[in-house]
Amino acid sequence: MMDQLISLLTDYTFQVVALGTGFLGLLSGVIGTYATIRGESLLGDALSHAALPGIAIGFLLIGRKEWVVLMLGAAASGLAATALIQWMSRKRVVKFDSALSLILSSFFGLGLVLLTHIQGSANANQAGLDTFIYGQASAMLIQDVQTIAGIGAVLLLVVGLFWKEFKAYTFDPVFTQTLGFSGTLLEFLLSGMMVVVIILGLESVGVILMSALVVGPSVAARQWSDRLSGVMGLSGLFGFLSGVIGTTLSSIGHQIPTGPTIVVVLSIFVMASLLFAPKRGLLMKQLEQKKRKQKYAQQLQTRKEANEYVG
Amino acid sequence: MTQIAISLNQVVVAYQSQPVLWNVSADIYKGKLTALIGPNGAGKSTLIKAMLDLHPPVAGSVSFSAAGKTDAAYSEVKKAIAYVPQKSSVDWSFPTTVLDVVVMGRYGHLGWFKRPRKHDIQLAEEMLEKVGMEAFKDRQISQLSGGQRQRVFMARALAQQADIYILDEPLAGVDIKTERIIMQLLRELVLEGKTVMVVHHDLQTVEEYFDEVVFLNRQIIAAGPTEITFTEGNIEETYRKEQTVQSGVSER
Repeated sequence: MMDQLISLLTDYTFQVVALGTGFLGLLSGVIGTYATIRGESLLGDALSHAALPGIAIGFLLIGRKEWVVLMLGAAASGLAATALIQWMSRKRVVKFDSALSLILSSFFGLGLVLLTHIQGSANANQAGLDTFIYGQASAMLIQDVQTIAGIGAVLLLVVGLFWKEFKAYTFDPVFTQTLGFSGTLLEFLLSGMMVVVIILGLESVGVILMSALVVGPSVAARQWSDRLSGVMGLSGLFGFLSGVIGTTLSSIGHQIPTGPTIVVVLSIFVMASLLFAPKRGLLMKQLEQKKRKQKYAQQLQTRKEANEYVG
Repeated sequence: MTQIAISLNQVVVAYQSQPVLWNVSADIYKGKLTALIGPNGAGKSTLIKAMLDLHPPVAGSVSFSAAGKTDAAYSEVKKAIAYVPQKSSVDWSFPTTVLDVVVMGRYGHLGWFKRPRKHDIQLAEEMLEKVGMEAFKDRQISQLSGGQRQRVFMARALAQQADIYILDEPLAGVDIKTERIIMQLLRELVLEGKTVMVVHHDLQTVEEYFDEVVFLNRQIIAAGPTEITFTEGNIEETYRKEQTVQSGVSER
């Protein structure tokens, strides 16, 4: 077992994939923090599902798998979907949650139709296009990791530069605009970063599970810290660990898909945090309440005894 | 002669081509505490949003005299205007501390990218003291009561060190202690020559608290010094019916 682990850890392909998914988890953890804090995590879900038809259309347009074109297609259809959702709920056509599930599933359905059509065609270039649905992390190359690391460094730099502005804007957008900061610019940056992270993860984690990677880490992290910096740092760490541990587990076993394993590991982090975190964890809250009850009961008991003694 | 701090000139505000405010003209005076009064849906918050360029008017203009400028557009004097939104407008489970929120009042002066310095933090602490919240500075904001939240917002506005303060229902749902602290601080501000405009709901306290009143219901019903303007007739007129914009024109 130990030997197996050591030989795995020194395996080049494993190192590449683990590092790649780790970086991806870190980035989605950091950027996803803004989404969950603003209560917009479902938009990330819509964005990633709705990316599928864009990928298919990108392929249909040029007839081969050009990464840049496919990703541009993904971003375009993802953004079109979120714009539609926001427009529908703002114009009160339907409520926000209805708009969301409607657009999310219809875009995803359209993506499936197009992909099936492409797979049935004679074009041999299409092989592997369906990996975007569930992702294929094990196919990650060192170039992919470099892309993720490079773009990730830029995103982290933006977060650092606009730290104060993003914090104020995500807490109180209207007030922040009255301070003279451009709401349009901040909104554009925040949603732009979200789109970039989701696009980065589509190929390895897939359109269905990507939103878990965006939402999960920060939900877990919020249980442990009351500061934005703490939440974001922990969120990045949880995302990174999920990536690395998930890749390790799926490499040790046979025929275990990487992306879903990462999400399962992440949900263990989330569950553990929801239950066991000090102060905010459900279990700790319950224990505390029990202790308090006992203390009050005891106090009442001693008072009663004292009264009886006097009486 | 009292100086005009904010001048509303035939302001029309519309949401989706439906006018919400019609031909609103009024002057808000420097060194005065002014109440903006009207029923729900009268357009009070809308008027404030129009003044702060958050929802610009479709017609008319708003000009400010602040920061040494007169008749300036909002964008020119932004930093001299402090806005206190309704406390229900933000999510108080946001992971941050009381002091951190008050320091945000300094962000406008700092501008893009610059981090708050010692001076900003000291100032924020002083303002927390003024609202009686210095003991809470490291507290997580979700643990505060409604009144304490309002006082944190008040301290954040004070940290802006503005000339004009615009508050949206600062006394809604707060305890008596908070109400006294806020009104006392607002009184101090106008004594220093600053201008304070407050969206206010409680008709009982208008005469006690405010120098000037503006009655609004889609249009200006009346405006002027409290002792002259705060009359049964004007209250009646303002609250009497659901006003429709251009009621005089559209009622056929």
